[in-house]
Amino acid sequence: MSSILDIQNEIIEEFSILGDDKESTIYYIMELGSQLPLFPESERVDENIIKGCQSKVWLTTRENDGKIQFYADSNTDITKGLISLLIRVLSERKPSEILNTDLFFIDKIGMGNIIGSQRSNGLAAMIKQMKLYALAYQAKQNA
Amino acid sequence: MSLNIEEIRALFPVLHQEVHGNPLIYFDNAATTQKPKAVLDALCAYYEHDNSNIHRGAHTLADRATRYFEKTRESVRDFIGAKEEAEIIFTKGTTESINLVASSFGRKYITKGDEILISTMEHHSNIVPWQMICEEKEAVLKVIPIDDSGELLYEEFEKMISARTKLVAIVHVSNSLGTINPVKQIIKKAHEMGAKVLLDGAQSTNHLSIDVQDLDCDFLAFSAHKLYGPTGLGVLYGKRKVLESMPPYQGGGEMIKEVSFEKTTFNEIPFKFEAGTPNIADVIAFQKALEFINSVGKKNIKNHEDELLSYATSKLSEIKGFIPVGTAKEKVSVISFNINGMHPFDVGMMLDAKGIAVRTGHHCTQPLMQRFGIEGTVRASFSVYNKKDEIDEMVASVAKIAKIKNK
Repeated sequence: MSSILDIQNEIIEEFSILGDDKESTIYYIMELGSQLPLFPESERVDENIIKGCQSKVWLTTRENDGKIQFYADSNTDITKGLISLLIRVLSERKPSEILNTDLFFIDKIGMGNIIGSQRSNGLAAMIKQMKLYALAYQAKQNA
Repeated sequence: MSLNIEEIRALFPVLHQEVHGNPLIYFDNAATTQKPKAVLDALCAYYEHDNSNIHRGAHTLADRATRYFEKTRESVRDFIGAKEEAEIIFTKGTTESINLVASSFGRKYITKGDEILISTMEHHSNIVPWQMICEEKEAVLKVIPIDDSGELLYEEFEKMISARTKLVAIVHVSNSLGTINPVKQIIKKAHEMGAKVLLDGAQSTNHLSIDVQDLDCDFLAFSAHKLYGPTGLGVLYGKRKVLESMPPYQGGGEMIKEVSFEKTTFNEIPFKFEAGTPNIADVIAFQKALEFINSVGKKNIKNHEDELLSYATSKLSEIKGFIPVGTAKEKVSVISFNINGMHPFDVGMMLDAKGIAVRTGHHCTQPLMQRFGIEGTVRASFSVYNKKDEIDEMVASVAKIAKIKNK
């Protein structure tokens, strides 16, 4: 499996091909959303909805061999695309890796300009929730 | 008369820019309209030449600013056909105008068991203030239902109104659907039952000719920024008799006649309701917005907007997956819609990528969205400076977006 650093660089390269074309960039983000792994239906409950997102985002986890697998879904396609990027970088990692990762690709691809401030706040809420899960797993593993 | 739209567009500096490499198409006029250069110049000119506090200064600048300020009040009176300037109160906006009535009228006239009627299509700012006063006074808030096209069920209103009804607070034109409500009929019926009527005119004053004496409403609330004027300024019209009988809303300077620590007497209307230094610059600049509207002519504006509305409605209706929300017979130039299988946020963002500004979401009318069983809509709203070829651009973009999920 590629390192977190490599995957972030891959994403930066993919977005650099799209250049300043906002329309193509959004279509690309939506396309990424359609590739999200299937979300377990039993987890589609209010407790799994991330607070701070304008659209609905469900996030849940599984632990496998000390690593966290993230599953997410949203009722908007663009948001699905955003969270699929986060999952690509952070899923199947150890809690310590998730907690120590600087997600530099977000600034590097100019995500704030692409998605605007409201959705950027939502994206920040998603990252925060993923890191909170990592923190909880770390505490459990260290117990 | 056919308007020269290019000449009108030339008066609005903000329209002449590109967004994401495309010419800006501004279809978010129900949220706020753009401002003609004359309004912007008046704002600057006030601060450059006339800045001073009004009504009390014994110097030339204060006198000049006071005259300009009061001139706008005269123009507003004329704009809505009120009897006298004293019935025009300047506020922060429609929301504050409604809160003023809820707080002041409510405090004096609403008592336990009384009823206030609103409708399903109210903006939150014409729901929440009434919920607050109803809770405080143990009064009852009742909601007039609508049908699937977004029209008010007038017969239901007739059944709901009773001798217990103290106030009917109703939106003249729905911000989410564009529906024009039969307010004259509602006001007549309410008065027969002894109730007062507040009209939320935030979305009507910019499209329809308003004559408060003909309508006979007791209150009318609206905002300057939806009328080509500055933000942070609104109007509350109230009939003299009602306003005089109401207690002040806020205490402070301007609203007093005499103050001693034992007793304070209050100023006459409208000043009784204008505590503190008002929004002088914006009031003065608003004059230029009203002059703009009068120079183009309300009828001409309405005709142009109606033409855009029917053109856009018929073009969009041809798109596979287009779902209109709100199809009332009487509408202003607002089209709310959804695309089958897509979230309105995504549609809005994809339109923005093409430089097209629309509003998406619940439009501060969550109960209305619940009535239709939807989370929100995409709303395109047209103004006097919009053109048919802009609508063609939007229709082409919507068609492309709709194709993603509606092949």
